[in-house]
Amino acid sequence: MTFREAIREAMRQAIKADDRVFLMGEDVGRYGGCFAVSKGLLAEFGPERIRDTPLSESAFVGAGIGAAMGGMRPIVEIMTSNFSLLALDQIMNNAATILHMSGGQFNVPLVIRMATGGGRQLAAQHSHTLEGWYAHIPGIKVLTPATIDDGYGMLLGALKDPDPVLIFENALLYNMEGELSPNAGAAGIDRACIRRRGRDITLITYSMGVWKSLEAAEKLAKKGIEAEVIDLRTLRPLDDGALVESVSRTHRALIIDEGWRSGGISAEISARLMEQAFYELDAPVARLCGAEVPMPYAAHMERAALPQVETITEAVERMMPAHG
Amino acid sequence: MSEPTNVNRAHEMHLLHQMLYIRRFEEKCAELYSREKIRGFMHLYIGEEAVCVGVMEALRPEDGIVSTYREHGHALSRGISGGAVMAEMFGKQEGCSRGRGGSMHLFDAKTRFYGGNAIVGGGLPLSVGFALADKMRQQTRVTCCFFGDGAVAEGEFHETINLSALWKLPVFFVCENNRYAMGTRLDFSHSQTDLSKKAAAYGIASAWVDGMDVRAVEAASATACEYVRAGNGPYFLECRTYRFRAHSMYDPELYREKSEVEEWKKRDPIPALIARIDPAAEEIAALEQQIAKQVDEAIAFAEAGTLEAVDELTRFVYSDRSPA
Repeated sequence: MTFREAIREAMRQAIKADDRVFLMGEDVGRYGGCFAVSKGLLAEFGPERIRDTPLSESAFVGAGIGAAMGGMRPIVEIMTSNFSLLALDQIMNNAATILHMSGGQFNVPLVIRMATGGGRQLAAQHSHTLEGWYAHIPGIKVLTPATIDDGYGMLLGALKDPDPVLIFENALLYNMEGELSPNAGAAGIDRACIRRRGRDITLITYSMGVWKSLEAAEKLAKKGIEAEVIDLRTLRPLDDGALVESVSRTHRALIIDEGWRSGGISAEISARLMEQAFYELDAPVARLCGAEVPMPYAAHMERAALPQVETITEAVERMMPAHG
Repeated sequence: MSEPTNVNRAHEMHLLHQMLYIRRFEEKCAELYSREKIRGFMHLYIGEEAVCVGVMEALRPEDGIVSTYREHGHALSRGISGGAVMAEMFGKQEGCSRGRGGSMHLFDAKTRFYGGNAIVGGGLPLSVGFALADKMRQQTRVTCCFFGDGAVAEGEFHETINLSALWKLPVFFVCENNRYAMGTRLDFSHSQTDLSKKAAAYGIASAWVDGMDVRAVEAASATACEYVRAGNGPYFLECRTYRFRAHSMYDPELYREKSEVEEWKKRDPIPALIARIDPAAEEIAALEQQIAKQVDEAIAFAEAGTLEAVDELTRFVYSDRSPA
């Protein structure tokens, strides 16, 4: 099963199990989804439950908020995170605030999914990594699944949440193949997890960064460096406990984040480690982030703009005490 | 008129009561603002009372309302108690939004009042969502969405009207055209100043009415709601009105002539209705007295209200209840 199919399967299960759940977004029906995530669902569930929308991000995200407040459990697909900016008013000024502004009277059980990330030569307007930026907003939850099980289980978990949840799916993961665990079900959406155990350094990352970091860790192991890889899974709320626990064992931390460095999620994680694990650290917390440029088109330039396996291993080696 | 004279008169007295109550309530708000009992941004409804009072007559308890930041009149005529509204503006936890919202964010679950929204046009997409939820659950109720002439210039207006028309949703759009988007006159904002034509361009039923005549607004709203309730899709009603006071409490009104305001005051909906009913002087005095008491009670309720404990600060960012 692919990551894409895992998400589709979660939607299928949810739509089947609960008549309040429906999907809407641009090209989710007749086209089958821009990334084919919803392919086949229109034929299975019909146009009431799989709703093609006009190119009106603000209106259909706002409609999702209203429908959620009106008793439904909508899944809104925004084609990519780049276009989510056209709905930012609805996400930030309505979805994230209404529970609070209404003194707790109205919650917004809405799930918004969107593709995110660079690495496909789509240039500056189609390669944004905005999940860390969304994690700035109180009132929403920000999920970044990296595995088949999480693509499936975190979506089901999000649908059980009473509040608005944004799911960022790195488009490079859609074709990833793997097995869905036989016991897969709704997963927790507020805990990080360790994807690889290691004693020497903690690599803190999420989404595509998990796979790059795991590959880097294998290369480092050949050089005698055992890196632990933490998959954040969720950027808001951040699982501070898991980070502190790991760093308290490894005493070093490198954060790998495809988003821009300034004011990014990596800065937040670094600050929290400083606040909560300062005396556990044997070296300053380091960050490997996306370069601070609008994403270039040329392949070699784009490659240089994103963290890569070799830049991760280099960064780790710089942080380790000189051998011998 | 087929209505018996005495029934008609009693009804008109009821309308007068509603309008005069809003007028006196708002006048008191201005006074309390000067005394710093109310802070923040506050937008008074004085001059526009005929619109909400006429519209509310056509709505039923099961209908929903999406409102604007000039919504004291909407809230009061919908039946939210003056005390709860005033306490909200006093920042007290007995307020209809626990003091988390203030003047621009009045919410009330009991009357399905989904908030004052302080982003111009921001409520429009929500109304489509409520109506979609109702349609999908086969509920024949109306979502009434208020907004101003300023909102008609926003993209969200056009996205929303199009989507509501496309999906034939039960929304009653009420455009309160008071001729100024804050300080920008209608003809400086709109290339087409007949706003009902803009809605009509999306293929929906659209009309305009004299918003200074409560009986005309009532009749037009009844027609609109009947149309929407019968499953014909959305209806747009432009109510041409005027605000007699400044945009907010910070507005020196540099953008319009006093003579223009005086001209419009000749069409004040309250004296117009009084002239139509032609009540005895004592009857009006008694009504004024009754309303003064209502307003005093609202203020007393707000004064007696309590401040929420500061350790509650971060409540209502997420739902208290754990995921289902």
